[in-house]
Amino acid sequence: MSNSSATAPKMEPDTLISFDGVSKWFDHFQALKDINLSVKQGERVVVCGPSGSGKSTMIRCVNQLENHQQGTIHVCGREVYGNMKQLEQVRREVGMVFQSFNLFPHMSILQNVTLAPIRNSKLSRAEANEIALHYLERVQIADQADKFPSQLSGGQQQRVAIARALAMKPRVMLFDEPTSALDPEMITEVLDVMTELASDGMTMMVVTHEMGFAREVADRVVFMDEGRIEENCTKDEFFTGGRGERAEAFLSKILQH
Amino acid sequence: MTEPPLQTRRRLTTVDYICFGLVGVVIAYAIYRVSDVLVYNWNWSRVFNFVIYYDEETARYVPNLLLEGIATTLRLAFWATIVAATIGLVMGYMRTSKNLAMRMISRCYVELVRNIPPVVFIFIFYFFLSGQLMPLIGIDDIDKNGAFVSSSLFYVMFGDPRLFSNFVAGALCLALFEGAYITEIVRAGIQSITKGQWEAARAVGLSPLNVLRDIIFPQAIRKILPPLAGQFITLIKDSAIVSLISIQELTFLATEVASTTTKVFETWIIVGAMYFVLCYSFATLFGHLEKRAMRTRR
Repeated sequence: MSNSSATAPKMEPDTLISFDGVSKWFDHFQALKDINLSVKQGERVVVCGPSGSGKSTMIRCVNQLENHQQGTIHVCGREVYGNMKQLEQVRREVGMVFQSFNLFPHMSILQNVTLAPIRNSKLSRAEANEIALHYLERVQIADQADKFPSQLSGGQQQRVAIARALAMKPRVMLFDEPTSALDPEMITEVLDVMTELASDGMTMMVVTHEMGFAREVADRVVFMDEGRIEENCTKDEFFTGGRGERAEAFLSKILQH
Repeated sequence: MTEPPLQTRRRLTTVDYICFGLVGVVIAYAIYRVSDVLVYNWNWSRVFNFVIYYDEETARYVPNLLLEGIATTLRLAFWATIVAATIGLVMGYMRTSKNLAMRMISRCYVELVRNIPPVVFIFIFYFFLSGQLMPLIGIDDIDKNGAFVSSSLFYVMFGDPRLFSNFVAGALCLALFEGAYITEIVRAGIQSITKGQWEAARAVGLSPLNVLRDIIFPQAIRKILPPLAGQFITLIKDSAIVSLISIQELTFLATEVASTTTKVFETWIIVGAMYFVLCYSFATLFGHLEKRAMRTRR
Protein backbone atom coordinates (compact mmCIF):
# COMPACT_ATOMS: atom_id res chain seq x y z
CA MET A 1 0.00 0.00 0.00
CA SER A 2 2.69 2.46 1.00
CA ASN A 3 4.50 1.55 -2.15
CA SER A 4 1.51 2.43 -4.30
CA SER A 5 0.74 5.70 -2.57
CA ALA A 6 4.35 6.74 -3.08
CA THR A 7 4.13 6.29 -6.80
CA ALA A 8 0.47 7.09 -7.32
CA PRO A 9 0.77 10.91 -7.39
CA LYS A 10 2.73 10.65 -10.60
CA MET A 11 -0.41 9.41 -12.29
CA GLU A 12 -2.95 11.78 -13.66
CA PRO A 13 -6.12 11.51 -11.60
CA ASP A 14 -8.24 10.02 -14.39
CA THR A 15 -5.72 7.37 -15.40
CA LEU A 16 -7.07 3.89 -14.69
CA ILE A 17 -4.25 1.72 -16.00
CA SER A 18 -0.61 2.65 -16.30
CA PHE A 19 2.38 0.55 -17.32
CA ASP A 20 5.79 1.98 -16.42
CA GLY A 21 8.78 0.23 -17.92
CA VAL A 22 7.20 -3.20 -17.70
CA SER A 23 9.13 -6.26 -18.85
CA LYS A 24 8.26 -9.91 -18.64
CA TRP A 25 10.09 -13.12 -19.44
CA PHE A 26 8.87 -16.66 -20.02
CA ASP A 27 12.02 -18.50 -19.00
CA HIS A 28 14.58 -16.93 -21.32
CA PHE A 29 12.11 -15.55 -23.82
CA GLN A 30 11.32 -11.90 -23.26
CA ALA A 31 7.61 -11.49 -23.95
CA LEU A 32 7.29 -7.81 -22.97
CA LYS A 33 10.02 -5.24 -23.46
CA ASP A 34 9.85 -1.99 -21.53
CA ILE A 35 6.12 -1.35 -21.94
CA ASN A 36 4.89 2.19 -21.18
CA LEU A 37 1.20 2.76 -21.61
CA SER A 38 -1.65 4.48 -19.87
CA VAL A 39 -5.38 4.15 -20.26
CA LYS A 40 -7.61 6.97 -19.06
CA GLN A 41 -11.12 6.79 -17.69
CA GLY A 42 -13.58 6.22 -20.54
CA GLU A 43 -10.91 5.52 -23.10
CA ARG A 44 -11.22 2.63 -25.57
CA VAL A 45 -7.86 1.20 -26.49
CA VAL A 46 -7.53 -1.47 -29.15
CA VAL A 47 -4.34 -3.54 -29.02
CA CYS A 48 -3.32 -5.32 -32.21
CA GLY A 49 -0.27 -6.99 -33.66
CA PRO A 50 0.93 -10.29 -35.08
CA SER A 51 0.54 -13.43 -32.99
CA GLY A 52 3.32 -13.82 -30.45
CA SER A 53 3.79 -10.07 -30.24
CA GLY A 54 2.88 -9.99 -26.54
CA LYS A 55 -0.51 -8.32 -26.72
CA SER A 56 -2.34 -10.99 -24.73
CA THR A 57 0.50 -11.15 -22.23
CA MET A 58 0.30 -7.40 -21.75
CA ILE A 59 -3.44 -7.33 -21.15
CA ARG A 60 -3.15 -10.32 -18.79
CA CYS A 61 -0.60 -8.42 -16.73
CA VAL A 62 -3.26 -5.82 -15.89
CA ASN A 63 -5.08 -8.24 -13.57
CA GLN A 64 -1.93 -10.28 -12.96
CA LEU A 65 -2.98 -13.50 -14.62
CA GLU A 66 0.62 -13.11 -15.71
CA ASN A 67 3.20 -11.60 -13.39
CA HIS A 68 5.63 -9.05 -14.72
CA GLN A 69 9.22 -9.07 -13.53
CA GLN A 70 10.26 -5.49 -14.07
CA GLY A 71 8.58 -2.11 -13.89
CA THR A 72 5.31 -1.19 -12.23
CA ILE A 73 1.67 -1.50 -13.18
CA HIS A 74 -0.99 0.62 -11.50
CA VAL A 75 -4.68 -0.15 -11.84
CA CYS A 76 -7.31 2.15 -10.35
CA GLY A 77 -4.66 3.81 -8.20
CA ARG A 78 -3.22 0.59 -6.74
CA GLU A 79 0.00 -1.04 -7.67
CA VAL A 80 -0.58 -4.62 -8.72
CA TYR A 81 2.05 -6.94 -7.44
CA GLY A 82 2.21 -9.88 -5.08
CA ASN A 83 -0.14 -8.90 -2.26
CA MET A 84 -3.10 -11.25 -2.70
CA LYS A 85 -5.71 -9.14 -0.88
CA GLN A 86 -4.88 -6.06 -2.86
CA LEU A 87 -4.87 -8.07 -6.06
CA GLU A 88 -8.36 -9.40 -5.35
CA GLN A 89 -9.55 -5.82 -4.92
CA VAL A 90 -8.06 -4.85 -8.26
CA ARG A 91 -9.54 -7.88 -10.00
CA ARG A 92 -12.98 -6.91 -8.76
CA GLU A 93 -12.63 -3.55 -10.50
CA VAL A 94 -11.33 -5.09 -13.69
CA GLY A 95 -13.61 -7.31 -15.77
CA MET A 96 -12.06 -9.76 -18.15
CA VAL A 97 -13.39 -11.60 -21.19
CA PHE A 98 -11.36 -14.49 -22.59
CA GLN A 99 -10.91 -15.91 -26.05
CA SER A 100 -12.27 -19.30 -24.95
CA PHE A 101 -15.14 -17.87 -22.82
CA ASN A 102 -14.16 -19.93 -19.76
CA LEU A 103 -17.67 -20.10 -18.36
CA PHE A 104 -18.04 -22.41 -15.38
CA PRO A 105 -19.52 -25.56 -16.96
CA HIS A 106 -21.00 -26.94 -13.73
CA MET A 107 -23.12 -23.86 -13.07
CA SER A 108 -26.18 -22.47 -14.79
CA ILE A 109 -25.89 -19.22 -16.74
CA LEU A 110 -27.46 -17.34 -13.84
CA GLN A 111 -25.09 -18.94 -11.32
CA ASN A 112 -22.13 -18.08 -13.52
CA VAL A 113 -23.08 -14.42 -13.32
CA THR A 114 -24.13 -14.32 -9.66
CA LEU A 115 -21.14 -16.18 -8.22
CA ALA A 116 -18.77 -13.23 -7.95
CA PRO A 117 -21.32 -10.73 -6.54
CA ILE A 118 -22.43 -13.26 -3.92
CA ARG A 119 -18.91 -14.26 -2.88
CA ASN A 120 -17.16 -10.91 -3.19
CA SER A 121 -19.80 -8.31 -2.38
CA LYS A 122 -21.69 -10.58 0.04
CA LEU A 123 -24.97 -9.89 -1.73
CA SER A 124 -27.97 -12.09 -1.02
CA ARG A 125 -28.97 -14.51 -3.72
CA ALA A 126 -32.04 -12.43 -4.55
CA GLU A 127 -30.05 -9.21 -4.92
CA ALA A 128 -27.42 -10.96 -7.00
CA ASN A 129 -30.08 -12.54 -9.22
CA GLU A 130 -31.55 -9.11 -9.86
CA ILE A 131 -28.18 -7.70 -10.90
CA ALA A 132 -27.38 -10.76 -12.99
CA LEU A 133 -30.68 -10.61 -14.84
CA HIS A 134 -30.12 -6.93 -15.52
CA TYR A 135 -26.80 -7.62 -17.21
CA LEU A 136 -28.04 -10.75 -18.96
CA GLU A 137 -30.84 -8.56 -20.31
CA ARG A 138 -28.24 -6.12 -21.52
CA VAL A 139 -26.40 -8.78 -23.49
CA GLN A 140 -29.81 -10.07 -24.62
CA ILE A 141 -29.59 -13.52 -23.20
CA ALA A 142 -31.77 -13.34 -20.08
CA ASP A 143 -34.12 -15.96 -21.53
CA GLN A 144 -31.34 -18.56 -21.31
CA ALA A 145 -30.60 -17.89 -17.64
CA ASP A 146 -31.46 -21.40 -16.45
CA LYS A 147 -29.50 -23.24 -19.11
CA PHE A 148 -25.96 -24.53 -18.79
CA PRO A 149 -23.00 -23.19 -20.77
CA SER A 150 -22.71 -26.31 -22.94
CA GLN A 151 -26.25 -25.72 -24.20
CA LEU A 152 -25.39 -22.33 -25.67
CA SER A 153 -23.65 -21.35 -28.89
CA GLY A 154 -20.21 -19.78 -28.78
CA GLY A 155 -21.57 -16.30 -29.36
CA GLN A 156 -24.12 -16.71 -26.60
CA GLN A 157 -21.47 -18.05 -24.22
CA GLN A 158 -19.24 -15.08 -24.90
CA ARG A 159 -22.11 -12.68 -24.20
CA VAL A 160 -22.71 -14.47 -20.89
CA ALA A 161 -19.00 -14.08 -20.14
CA ILE A 162 -19.37 -10.35 -20.72
CA ALA A 163 -22.37 -10.22 -18.38
CA ARG A 164 -20.41 -12.19 -15.79
CA ALA A 165 -17.61 -9.64 -15.90
CA LEU A 166 -20.04 -6.70 -15.79
CA ALA A 167 -21.87 -8.05 -12.75
CA MET A 168 -18.97 -6.98 -10.52
CA LYS A 169 -19.54 -3.43 -11.84
CA PRO A 170 -15.94 -3.06 -12.96
CA ARG A 171 -14.34 0.25 -13.87
CA VAL A 172 -12.37 -1.28 -16.71
CA MET A 173 -13.11 -4.14 -19.08
CA LEU A 174 -10.35 -6.21 -20.63
CA PHE A 175 -11.07 -8.25 -23.76
CA ASP A 176 -8.51 -10.84 -24.80
CA GLU A 177 -9.34 -11.73 -28.42
CA PRO A 178 -13.03 -12.11 -27.59
CA THR A 179 -14.09 -13.12 -31.11
CA SER A 180 -11.16 -15.29 -32.22
CA ALA A 181 -12.76 -18.57 -31.16
CA LEU A 182 -16.14 -17.78 -32.70
CA ASP A 183 -17.73 -18.96 -35.91
CA PRO A 184 -17.98 -16.05 -38.36
CA GLU A 185 -21.76 -15.67 -38.06
CA MET A 186 -21.49 -15.17 -34.29
CA ILE A 187 -18.81 -12.51 -34.28
CA THR A 188 -21.24 -9.66 -34.94
CA GLU A 189 -23.50 -10.39 -31.96
CA VAL A 190 -20.51 -10.17 -29.63
CA LEU A 191 -19.05 -7.06 -31.27
CA ASP A 192 -22.47 -5.40 -31.08
CA VAL A 193 -22.57 -5.93 -27.33
CA MET A 194 -19.05 -4.53 -27.01
CA THR A 195 -19.90 -1.52 -29.15
CA GLU A 196 -22.91 -0.79 -26.99
CA LEU A 197 -20.77 -1.10 -23.89
CA ALA A 198 -18.32 1.39 -25.37
CA SER A 199 -21.06 3.86 -26.15
CA ASP A 200 -22.12 3.73 -22.51
CA GLY A 201 -18.69 5.07 -21.61
CA MET A 202 -17.01 1.91 -20.30
CA THR A 203 -13.23 2.04 -20.21
CA MET A 204 -12.02 -0.78 -22.42
CA MET A 205 -8.81 -2.44 -23.43
CA VAL A 206 -9.38 -4.81 -26.32
CA VAL A 207 -6.94 -7.21 -27.94
CA THR A 208 -8.46 -8.01 -31.33
CA HIS A 209 -7.87 -8.48 -35.02
CA GLU A 210 -11.26 -6.94 -35.83
CA MET A 211 -10.11 -3.75 -37.53
CA GLY A 212 -13.70 -2.81 -38.35
CA PHE A 213 -14.42 -2.74 -34.63
CA ALA A 214 -11.26 -0.73 -33.99
CA ARG A 215 -12.27 1.79 -36.62
CA GLU A 216 -15.72 2.18 -35.19
CA VAL A 217 -15.08 2.12 -31.46
CA ALA A 218 -11.46 2.78 -30.57
CA ASP A 219 -10.07 6.07 -29.32
CA ARG A 220 -6.56 4.80 -29.57
CA VAL A 221 -4.79 1.94 -31.31
CA VAL A 222 -1.72 0.28 -29.86
CA PHE A 223 0.32 -1.82 -32.26
CA MET A 224 2.71 -4.35 -30.79
CA ASP A 225 5.48 -6.38 -32.35
CA GLU A 226 8.03 -8.68 -30.72
CA GLY A 227 7.09 -7.59 -27.21
CA ARG A 228 7.37 -3.86 -27.90
CA ILE A 229 4.78 -1.20 -28.39
CA GLU A 230 5.56 -0.02 -31.91
CA GLU A 231 2.67 2.37 -32.32
CA ASN A 232 0.48 4.13 -29.81
CA CYS A 233 -1.65 6.66 -31.61
CA THR A 234 -5.19 7.87 -32.12
CA LYS A 235 -7.46 5.84 -34.28
CA ASP A 236 -7.38 8.46 -37.05
CA GLU A 237 -3.61 8.60 -37.12
CA PHE A 238 -3.44 4.84 -37.24
CA PHE A 239 -5.92 4.32 -40.03
CA THR A 240 -4.98 7.29 -42.20
CA GLY A 241 -1.38 6.43 -42.68
CA GLY A 242 0.48 7.83 -39.71
CA ARG A 243 1.73 4.37 -38.95
CA GLY A 244 5.12 2.75 -39.27
CA GLU A 245 6.38 0.09 -41.61
CA ARG A 246 5.63 -2.94 -39.42
CA ALA A 247 2.11 -1.83 -38.68
CA GLU A 248 1.66 -1.23 -42.39
CA ALA A 249 2.81 -4.76 -43.20
CA PHE A 250 0.57 -6.22 -40.48
CA LEU A 251 -2.49 -4.31 -41.62
CA SER A 252 -2.04 -5.20 -45.26
CA LYS A 253 -1.89 -8.85 -44.25
CA ILE A 254 -5.04 -8.92 -42.17
CA LEU A 255 -7.05 -6.58 -44.39
CA GLN A 256 -6.41 -8.59 -47.54
CA HIS A 257 -9.51 -10.70 -47.16
CA MET B 1 -36.00 -45.34 -47.93
CA THR B 2 -32.85 -47.03 -46.75
CA GLU B 3 -33.04 -49.56 -44.01
CA PRO B 4 -29.98 -50.43 -41.99
CA PRO B 5 -28.69 -53.87 -43.01
CA LEU B 6 -29.97 -56.68 -40.82
CA GLN B 7 -27.48 -57.49 -38.12
CA THR B 8 -26.46 -61.09 -38.33
CA ARG B 9 -26.60 -62.55 -34.84
CA ARG B 10 -23.23 -62.94 -33.31
CA ARG B 11 -22.48 -66.65 -33.23
CA LEU B 12 -19.88 -68.67 -31.49
CA THR B 13 -16.92 -69.28 -33.74
CA THR B 14 -14.59 -72.25 -33.85
CA VAL B 15 -12.08 -70.30 -31.78
CA ASP B 16 -14.66 -69.89 -29.02
CA TYR B 17 -15.33 -73.64 -28.94
CA ILE B 18 -11.63 -74.39 -28.73
CA CYS B 19 -11.22 -71.95 -25.83
CA PHE B 20 -14.20 -73.34 -23.94
CA GLY B 21 -12.89 -76.82 -24.59
CA LEU B 22 -9.48 -76.00 -23.16
CA VAL B 23 -10.97 -74.41 -20.06
CA GLY B 24 -13.19 -77.45 -19.64
CA VAL B 25 -10.21 -79.80 -19.83
CA VAL B 26 -8.34 -77.79 -17.19
CA ILE B 27 -11.34 -77.84 -14.84
CA ALA B 28 -11.92 -81.54 -15.40
CA TYR B 29 -8.27 -82.26 -14.64
CA ALA B 30 -8.42 -80.17 -11.48
CA ILE B 31 -11.50 -82.03 -10.31
CA TYR B 32 -9.80 -85.33 -11.07
CA ARG B 33 -6.72 -84.33 -9.07
CA VAL B 34 -8.78 -83.15 -6.14
CA SER B 35 -11.19 -86.09 -5.98
CA ASP B 36 -8.95 -89.01 -6.92
CA VAL B 37 -5.35 -88.14 -6.30
CA LEU B 38 -5.64 -85.76 -3.37
CA VAL B 39 -7.05 -87.67 -0.45
CA TYR B 40 -9.16 -85.03 1.20
CA ASN B 41 -12.31 -85.30 3.14
CA TRP B 42 -14.52 -82.41 2.08
CA ASN B 43 -16.84 -81.07 4.70
CA TRP B 44 -18.56 -77.86 3.68
CA SER B 45 -21.29 -77.74 6.28
CA ARG B 46 -18.79 -77.57 9.10
CA VAL B 47 -17.40 -74.31 7.71
CA PHE B 48 -20.82 -73.02 6.70
CA ASN B 49 -21.75 -73.16 10.34
CA PHE B 50 -19.18 -70.48 10.90
CA VAL B 51 -20.94 -68.22 8.44
CA ILE B 52 -24.38 -68.72 9.91
CA TYR B 53 -25.79 -71.44 12.12
CA TYR B 54 -29.15 -72.60 13.36
CA ASP B 55 -29.56 -72.14 17.06
CA GLU B 56 -31.84 -74.90 18.36
CA GLU B 57 -32.72 -73.14 21.59
CA THR B 58 -33.99 -69.86 20.13
CA ALA B 59 -34.97 -71.53 16.84
CA ARG B 60 -33.26 -68.79 14.86
CA TYR B 61 -30.40 -68.45 12.43
CA VAL B 62 -27.49 -66.70 14.10
CA PRO B 63 -24.63 -65.05 12.21
CA ASN B 64 -21.33 -66.55 13.17
CA LEU B 65 -17.67 -65.54 13.03
CA LEU B 66 -17.28 -65.15 9.28
CA LEU B 67 -20.34 -62.93 8.88
CA GLU B 68 -19.16 -60.85 11.82
CA GLY B 69 -15.79 -60.68 10.09
CA ILE B 70 -17.30 -59.32 6.92
CA ALA B 71 -19.19 -56.72 8.97
CA THR B 72 -15.89 -55.61 10.50
CA THR B 73 -14.31 -55.54 7.06
CA LEU B 74 -17.11 -53.27 5.86
CA ARG B 75 -16.80 -50.98 8.89
CA LEU B 76 -13.06 -50.78 8.35
CA ALA B 77 -13.51 -49.97 4.67
CA PHE B 78 -16.13 -47.35 5.45
CA TRP B 79 -14.14 -45.41 8.06
CA ALA B 80 -10.84 -45.85 6.28
CA THR B 81 -12.38 -44.46 3.08
CA ILE B 82 -13.67 -41.38 4.87
CA VAL B 83 -10.30 -40.68 6.51
CA ALA B 84 -8.38 -41.58 3.36
CA ALA B 85 -10.56 -39.28 1.25
CA THR B 86 -9.89 -36.41 3.67
CA ILE B 87 -6.16 -37.07 3.60
CA GLY B 88 -6.29 -37.46 -0.18
CA LEU B 89 -8.15 -34.19 -0.67
CA VAL B 90 -5.67 -32.17 1.38
CA MET B 91 -2.56 -33.95 0.12
CA GLY B 92 -3.84 -33.97 -3.45
CA TYR B 93 -4.30 -30.23 -3.33
CA MET B 94 -0.84 -29.85 -1.80
CA ARG B 95 0.59 -31.88 -4.68
CA THR B 96 -0.58 -29.15 -7.06
CA SER B 97 0.38 -26.25 -4.79
CA LYS B 98 2.75 -23.51 -5.83
CA ASN B 99 4.43 -23.75 -2.42
CA LEU B 100 7.55 -25.93 -2.52
CA ALA B 101 7.32 -27.17 1.09
CA MET B 102 3.71 -28.27 0.59
CA ARG B 103 4.63 -30.09 -2.60
CA MET B 104 7.56 -31.79 -0.91
CA ILE B 105 5.55 -33.00 2.08
CA SER B 106 2.81 -34.50 -0.04
CA ARG B 107 5.26 -35.98 -2.53
CA CYS B 108 7.23 -37.64 0.27
CA TYR B 109 4.05 -39.10 1.73
CA VAL B 110 2.96 -40.57 -1.59
CA GLU B 111 6.36 -41.97 -2.51
CA LEU B 112 6.92 -43.41 0.95
CA VAL B 113 3.65 -45.31 0.90
CA ARG B 114 3.95 -46.44 -2.68
CA ASN B 115 7.46 -47.78 -2.35
CA ILE B 116 7.13 -49.78 0.86
CA PRO B 117 5.25 -53.10 0.84
CA PRO B 118 1.83 -52.53 2.43
CA VAL B 119 2.47 -55.19 5.07
CA VAL B 120 5.70 -53.53 6.16
CA PHE B 121 4.06 -50.12 6.19
CA ILE B 122 1.23 -51.40 8.33
CA PHE B 123 3.56 -53.13 10.79
CA ILE B 124 5.63 -49.99 11.26
CA PHE B 125 2.65 -47.79 11.55
CA TYR B 126 0.65 -50.04 13.78
CA PHE B 127 3.35 -50.27 16.40
CA PHE B 128 3.77 -46.53 16.39
CA LEU B 129 0.01 -45.92 16.46
CA SER B 130 -0.95 -48.45 19.08
CA GLY B 131 2.13 -47.77 21.18
CA GLN B 132 2.13 -43.98 21.14
CA LEU B 133 -0.83 -42.31 19.54
CA MET B 134 -3.67 -44.35 21.00
CA PRO B 135 -2.69 -43.78 24.65
CA LEU B 136 -1.97 -40.14 23.80
CA ILE B 137 -5.49 -39.38 22.57
CA GLY B 138 -6.92 -41.57 25.28
CA ILE B 139 -8.79 -44.04 23.09
CA ASP B 140 -7.70 -46.88 25.32
CA ASP B 141 -9.49 -45.30 28.24
CA ILE B 142 -12.97 -44.88 26.76
CA ASP B 143 -15.70 -45.77 29.18
CA LYS B 144 -16.87 -49.17 27.96
CA ASN B 145 -20.15 -48.75 29.81
CA GLY B 146 -20.92 -45.22 28.70
CA ALA B 147 -24.37 -44.60 27.25
CA PHE B 148 -23.18 -44.12 23.69
CA VAL B 149 -20.43 -46.72 23.74
CA SER B 150 -22.76 -49.46 24.94
CA SER B 151 -25.55 -48.47 22.52
CA SER B 152 -26.34 -50.58 19.47
CA LEU B 153 -25.60 -47.64 17.16
CA PHE B 154 -22.02 -47.68 18.37
CA TYR B 155 -21.89 -51.41 17.70
CA VAL B 156 -23.15 -50.99 14.16
CA MET B 157 -20.63 -48.23 13.48
CA PHE B 158 -17.52 -49.49 15.26
CA GLY B 159 -18.16 -53.05 16.34
CA ASP B 160 -17.35 -54.49 19.77
CA PRO B 161 -16.40 -51.64 22.18
CA ARG B 162 -13.75 -53.86 23.78
CA LEU B 163 -11.91 -53.90 20.46
CA PHE B 164 -12.45 -50.22 19.72
CA SER B 165 -8.87 -48.99 20.03
CA ASN B 166 -7.72 -51.96 17.99
CA PHE B 167 -10.32 -51.12 15.35
CA VAL B 168 -9.34 -47.45 15.22
CA ALA B 169 -5.69 -48.34 14.79
CA GLY B 170 -6.51 -50.70 11.95
CA ALA B 171 -8.75 -48.19 10.21
CA LEU B 172 -6.12 -45.46 10.53
CA CYS B 173 -3.38 -47.70 9.12
CA LEU B 174 -5.53 -48.56 6.16
CA ALA B 175 -6.54 -44.93 5.66
CA LEU B 176 -2.96 -43.69 5.69
CA PHE B 177 -2.07 -46.36 3.21
CA GLU B 178 -4.97 -45.80 0.82
CA GLY B 179 -4.77 -42.03 1.30
CA ALA B 180 -1.65 -41.99 -0.84
CA TYR B 181 -3.51 -43.51 -3.76
CA ILE B 182 -6.44 -41.17 -3.31
CA THR B 183 -3.94 -38.29 -3.19
CA GLU B 184 -2.84 -39.20 -6.69
CA ILE B 185 -6.44 -39.51 -7.88
CA VAL B 186 -7.26 -36.07 -6.46
CA ARG B 187 -4.12 -34.57 -7.98
CA ALA B 188 -5.06 -35.93 -11.39
CA GLY B 189 -8.58 -34.56 -10.93
CA ILE B 190 -7.37 -31.08 -10.04
CA GLN B 191 -4.87 -31.06 -12.88
CA SER B 192 -7.56 -32.08 -15.35
CA ILE B 193 -9.31 -28.74 -14.81
CA THR B 194 -8.23 -26.40 -17.58
CA LYS B 195 -6.14 -23.31 -16.89
CA GLY B 196 -8.97 -21.17 -18.21
CA GLN B 197 -11.19 -22.15 -15.27
CA TRP B 198 -8.58 -20.99 -12.75
CA GLU B 199 -8.07 -17.78 -14.66
CA ALA B 200 -11.75 -16.99 -15.04
CA ALA B 201 -12.31 -17.63 -11.33
CA ARG B 202 -9.38 -15.42 -10.34
CA ALA B 203 -10.30 -12.74 -12.84
CA VAL B 204 -13.67 -12.11 -11.15
CA GLY B 205 -11.78 -11.56 -7.89
CA LEU B 206 -12.61 -14.76 -6.01
CA SER B 207 -10.37 -15.51 -3.03
CA PRO B 208 -8.09 -18.56 -3.39
CA LEU B 209 -10.34 -20.55 -1.06
CA ASN B 210 -13.44 -19.71 -3.08
CA VAL B 211 -11.69 -20.55 -6.33
CA LEU B 212 -11.14 -24.05 -4.98
CA ARG B 213 -14.49 -24.43 -3.29
CA ASP B 214 -16.72 -23.05 -6.05
CA ILE B 215 -14.87 -23.79 -9.25
CA ILE B 216 -12.09 -26.36 -9.01
CA PHE B 217 -13.29 -28.97 -6.49
CA PRO B 218 -16.86 -29.31 -7.79
CA GLN B 219 -15.55 -30.01 -11.27
CA ALA B 220 -12.70 -32.22 -10.09
CA ILE B 221 -15.00 -34.32 -7.85
CA ARG B 222 -17.17 -35.23 -10.82
CA LYS B 223 -14.16 -36.52 -12.64
CA ILE B 224 -12.65 -38.45 -9.76
CA LEU B 225 -15.78 -40.18 -8.45
CA PRO B 226 -15.39 -43.25 -10.72
CA PRO B 227 -11.73 -43.92 -9.81
CA LEU B 228 -12.57 -43.12 -6.18
CA ALA B 229 -15.30 -45.78 -6.20
CA GLY B 230 -12.77 -48.21 -7.64
CA GLN B 231 -10.35 -47.33 -4.86
CA PHE B 232 -13.05 -48.10 -2.29
CA ILE B 233 -13.30 -51.63 -3.69
CA THR B 234 -9.52 -51.95 -3.67
CA LEU B 235 -9.61 -50.86 -0.05
CA ILE B 236 -12.04 -53.64 0.84
CA LYS B 237 -9.59 -56.15 -0.60
CA ASP B 238 -6.55 -54.47 0.94
CA SER B 239 -8.21 -54.53 4.34
CA ALA B 240 -7.24 -58.20 4.50
CA ILE B 241 -3.70 -57.19 5.43
CA VAL B 242 -4.74 -55.66 8.74
CA SER B 243 -5.49 -59.21 9.86
CA LEU B 244 -1.74 -59.32 10.47
CA ILE B 245 -2.11 -56.79 13.25
CA SER B 246 -4.96 -58.79 14.79
CA ILE B 247 -7.88 -56.70 13.62
CA GLN B 248 -10.73 -59.18 13.75
CA GLU B 249 -11.97 -58.80 10.20
CA LEU B 250 -12.86 -61.47 7.69
CA THR B 251 -9.37 -62.74 6.87
CA PHE B 252 -8.27 -62.82 10.50
CA LEU B 253 -11.34 -64.78 11.57
CA ALA B 254 -10.96 -67.04 8.55
CA THR B 255 -7.50 -68.08 9.75
CA GLU B 256 -9.03 -68.95 13.08
CA VAL B 257 -11.87 -70.89 11.51
CA ALA B 258 -9.45 -72.72 9.23
CA SER B 259 -7.30 -73.82 12.15
CA THR B 260 -10.14 -74.84 14.46
CA THR B 261 -11.99 -76.80 11.79
CA THR B 262 -8.85 -77.92 9.93
CA LYS B 263 -10.97 -77.43 6.80
CA VAL B 264 -8.52 -75.12 5.08
CA PHE B 265 -9.80 -75.37 1.52
CA GLU B 266 -13.46 -74.98 2.35
CA THR B 267 -12.79 -72.00 4.59
CA TRP B 268 -10.73 -70.06 2.11
CA ILE B 269 -12.98 -70.89 -0.82
CA ILE B 270 -15.98 -69.65 1.14
CA VAL B 271 -14.11 -66.54 2.30
CA GLY B 272 -12.94 -65.88 -1.26
CA ALA B 273 -16.52 -66.15 -2.45
CA MET B 274 -17.65 -63.72 0.28
CA TYR B 275 -15.06 -61.14 -0.78
CA PHE B 276 -16.02 -61.67 -4.40
CA VAL B 277 -19.73 -61.17 -3.80
CA LEU B 278 -19.04 -58.07 -1.72
CA CYS B 279 -16.64 -56.41 -4.16
CA TYR B 280 -18.51 -57.43 -7.27
CA SER B 281 -21.78 -56.05 -5.86
CA PHE B 282 -20.13 -52.73 -5.11
CA ALA B 283 -18.54 -52.64 -8.56
CA THR B 284 -21.92 -53.31 -10.19
CA LEU B 285 -23.62 -50.73 -7.99
CA PHE B 286 -21.03 -48.03 -8.73
CA GLY B 287 -21.11 -48.84 -12.44
CA HIS B 288 -24.87 -48.46 -12.35
CA LEU B 289 -24.70 -45.14 -10.46
CA GLU B 290 -22.07 -43.86 -12.86
CA LYS B 291 -24.24 -44.63 -15.86
CA ARG B 292 -27.14 -42.84 -14.24
CA ALA B 293 -24.99 -39.81 -13.43
CA MET B 294 -23.79 -39.71 -17.03
CA ARG B 295 -27.36 -39.60 -18.28
CA THR B 296 -28.39 -36.71 -16.03
CA ARG B 297 -25.17 -34.78 -16.51
CA ARG B 298 -25.44 -31.60 -18.47
